[in-house]
Amino acid sequence: MSAPSSRTHDLAIRRAELAPQRVFQAIGLVALVLPLLLLAFLFGSSLVDAWPRLDWDFLTAFPSRKPALAGILPALVGTTCLMGLTAAIAIPVGLGAALYLEEYARPSRLTMLIELNISTLAGVPSIIYGLLGLEVFARVLGMGRSLLTGACTLALLLLPMVIMASREALRTVPQSLREASYALGADKWRTLRGVVLPMCLPGVLTGVILSLARAIGETAPLITIGALTYVAFLPDSVHSEFTALPIQIFNWVSRPQAGFHVNAAAGIVVLVGLMLLLNGFAIWLRARLQRRVYW
Amino acid sequence: MDTVLAAPTPTPRPSGGLPSPTTTAGERAAALAAADAVARPTEKMSAHDLHAWFGKAEALKGITLPLLERRVTAIIGPSGCGKSTFVRCLNRMHEVVPGARVAGRVLLDGQDVYASQVNPVRVRRRVGMVFQKPNPFPTMSIRENTLAGLRLGGEKAPDPAGLAEKALRQAALWDEVKDILGRSGSGLSGGQQQRLCIARALALEPEVLLMDEPCSALDPIATARIEELIHGLRERYTIVIVTHNMQQAARVADYTAFFHLGELVEYDRTDVLFTRPSRQRTEDYITGRFG
Repeated sequence: MSAPSSRTHDLAIRRAELAPQRVFQAIGLVALVLPLLLLAFLFGSSLVDAWPRLDWDFLTAFPSRKPALAGILPALVGTTCLMGLTAAIAIPVGLGAALYLEEYARPSRLTMLIELNISTLAGVPSIIYGLLGLEVFARVLGMGRSLLTGACTLALLLLPMVIMASREALRTVPQSLREASYALGADKWRTLRGVVLPMCLPGVLTGVILSLARAIGETAPLITIGALTYVAFLPDSVHSEFTALPIQIFNWVSRPQAGFHVNAAAGIVVLVGLMLLLNGFAIWLRARLQRRVYW
Repeated sequence: MDTVLAAPTPTPRPSGGLPSPTTTAGERAAALAAADAVARPTEKMSAHDLHAWFGKAEALKGITLPLLERRVTAIIGPSGCGKSTFVRCLNRMHEVVPGARVAGRVLLDGQDVYASQVNPVRVRRRVGMVFQKPNPFPTMSIRENTLAGLRLGGEKAPDPAGLAEKALRQAALWDEVKDILGRSGSGLSGGQQQRLCIARALALEPEVLLMDEPCSALDPIATARIEELIHGLRERYTIVIVTHNMQQAARVADYTAFFHLGELVEYDRTDVLFTRPSRQRTEDYITGRFG
């Protein structure tokens, strides 16, 4: 910096004042870049390992004892069905619970307790849900190790997240629009259906898809309820036994042959790709629906 | 209650029959009100000892006020005087707010809208409302917004397109939107949005139209259009308009009620209230000594 030569020197930048800002900026940048680099490294090394196995055959073949012939078709189909079923269970139940808590429940000790429990449940380890699913769905309700058991268990795991996302979305609908609807002689149910739900749909769906993207990688609860690790058939109904991508990957990783490790890497790439696809779909859907919600 | 109400018995003014074409809106209103003194219109609605609370705070302290059929009644008063609360009690919108409570009677064609067997939804179907801030539904097009009352009420219109056109014409919006009916209502200007909200209320063919400061979010030109519209609507509807703008009350209303601190201070023909108020508080307010 030049020596103060005019009356404006009081206003000039001083290095000592800038230093802390620069330091904080640097720390922030490192905190941002480090996890991204790690992630890129992980995904990159998986991609490099997986490259020789990533072809159409890998996606369309059944598992095999020979690594070079093994494919992930049952796992891919299993995961897809599992996600679809999970969404079909979690959306109506989660949205219904959110609607009740947000629109109907009067503030009371009981609702406070329920709310507290929902946020606590969101933090419960997923294996606990697996144990619950094993006991309640597989044994007591006699659904066995079926797709339905898996979907119910995962839906349970997602419910707290779906409920919280839906409540958040419901809260964004301004009171003035509800009043406008009431003033037109609409009752509560028609107001919810005609005004509130169409407006909060993008938020609800985004929340659901993002939580599905998390659930797609869940392994522990599926192993607990007894999803199969070696499946040479495709699920033909919701009562059918199944496997899923993370389980297939887990199975391959634990094999001694190097060839299966390549398969595991390829499975990881497919799983991550599927997850990114789901996230992309969520973004696209939100943009599309929000264009319909004219502000 | 030390309020002036019941039949306003204004000093008879020589009314020269039909107003001449050059008369102003105010003079027209005065002539109409003078004619009312001879043959008083029926009370479309009336409040009797109406109290309203928000939690423990009493917002209305016993209001008794008639709303004459096919007349425009303005409610004026400083902020917080209870004028908005009063109109929200007329169509049972006050109770929508958590913790809000009402006591007293509100008659619509002689029927108490607060009677226990009354469904508030049916009251609101007959007593339409326009809010302070234009609030078209963001998920609906202009046409859907116009017909929203029917759709939300689960009613089927025999001729939806014709009904939408009629309502939009009544709200003096048709010419501006007839080519963009499928577009969003939120793309319109504030004044157009407010007229869309008026059209939405009119499409239900209500008997009473409550307007809660309908122009306070609008510029003077949009305000003038809404006021013009009110002049046209008075022939078919009983209109209650809340306003903090005294000039507006003088321009559009046949009768004016002055509220202060949750009480009705004075109710009279608009011209009388603004030129010869009988209570000191009214005079202080309209001459700008407080408020």
